[in-house]
Amino acid sequence: MNTNSNSYTIIYASVMVVIVAFLLAFVSSALKPTQDKNVELDKKKQILAALNIRDLQDANAIESKYAEVIVADMIINAKGDTVNAGAEKDQAGFKVENKEITAENLPIYICNVEGATKYVVPMSGRGLWGGLWGYMAINDDCSTVYGAYFSHESETAGLGSPIAEQKFQDQFKDKQIFADTAATQVALTIVKKGQVKNPEYEVDGLTGATLTTKGAAAMVTDGLQQYIGFFNANK
Amino acid sequence: MSKLFSKENREVFANPLNLDNPVTVQVLGICSALAVTAQLEPALVMGLSVTVITAFANVIISLLRKTVPNRIRIIVQLVVVATLVTLVSQILKAFAYDVSVQLSVYVGLIITNCILMGRLEAFAMQNGPWESFLDGVGSGLGYAWILVAVGFVRELFGAGTLLGMRIIPESMYVENGGWYVNNGMMTMPAMAMILVGCIIWAHRAYNDRKASKQ
Repeated sequence: MNTNSNSYTIIYASVMVVIVAFLLAFVSSALKPTQDKNVELDKKKQILAALNIRDLQDANAIESKYAEVIVADMIINAKGDTVNAGAEKDQAGFKVENKEITAENLPIYICNVEGATKYVVPMSGRGLWGGLWGYMAINDDCSTVYGAYFSHESETAGLGSPIAEQKFQDQFKDKQIFADTAATQVALTIVKKGQVKNPEYEVDGLTGATLTTKGAAAMVTDGLQQYIGFFNANK
Repeated sequence: MSKLFSKENREVFANPLNLDNPVTVQVLGICSALAVTAQLEPALVMGLSVTVITAFANVIISLLRKTVPNRIRIIVQLVVVATLVTLVSQILKAFAYDVSVQLSVYVGLIITNCILMGRLEAFAMQNGPWESFLDGVGSGLGYAWILVAVGFVRELFGAGTLLGMRIIPESMYVENGGWYVNNGMMTMPAMAMILVGCIIWAHRAYNDRKASKQ
């Protein structure tokens, strides 16, 4: 057979494309439920990490710990009013993607860690190469940080990527969110490494990753600023 | 069985590890060698992924080689590689989510790796599936060991760690009263280029000497 004729080439290309398209479509739809489950599990793991509950690997352990610690995944608005009480723990605020967060659609997780109430808020921003996101757990006084978790899409390995490491995240523990008692402007931020002037609300940045540090600082400050109505109402 | 591991086949497998190394001799796959070697772990994972994908793409193209129309052969190769990479990435997302998060951008980088297209075009289009499989594994491993070597040096001197574990003790650093400072240059891609250059130099000097002795 002449494999160089026009008709053979066209038929070969068409058949190949159809086979590949069906194969990929089939695999994608067959694996979608498992993949979605993994994404949800990963989100729960991140929320728990913000509450300083790390090192859970097993899927069942994560699910049961999440069910135990999280009281509700509320949706609130910028004034602090409840939009959705989220009693089912993963149907309301949990379903809100980071890009869907607006002043009228703010997810907040009400948690109970060993008898003490904590609030976890999601945040997202931009680093040097791609997105940054994270969760911050706040004590029930609504002014000190209980724990933090951050991750990134594609920051430079070894420079910006330590934002996802516990060593960096642990620096946020016990920091003040506000500089004064008026609590109208979030003061908590990340500054260039070694230039911390106010250790109550400034955190050391990452060496050699100026833009990742700036992006993370904006994410933390702007992210918390959206919840100021809630913080003031629940002090 | 003896035919499967004949002298020629062993050479097909071993040559890319040393004498015909894809990175140091054919100078392919340099871009990803710079991108993923700031730490040892991504270098290892990338090396393994490329090995697996090259081997299987080689086998598939080798099986198809007599039917592929000459004028669109590069496109056919590209489709096979892209399909394989997409399948692997989907399966990882479903069954090894943590690994897929770590690999994130690298999976896409595999498609553009010139070693893949180079081996498909130069070897699999002319040879049988078993030889092609050996060639793919050999080329992948030849690429992987260079990556691991570069990643080892860069992580050790750039961050003082290996696979995230601390090797250079904290107490030696200037901020803790010692004298040691991490080499910031090591974390830059430029340093990877210089390291690859050094490996090429050492590798050629060694092989030239061996060749002239014979």
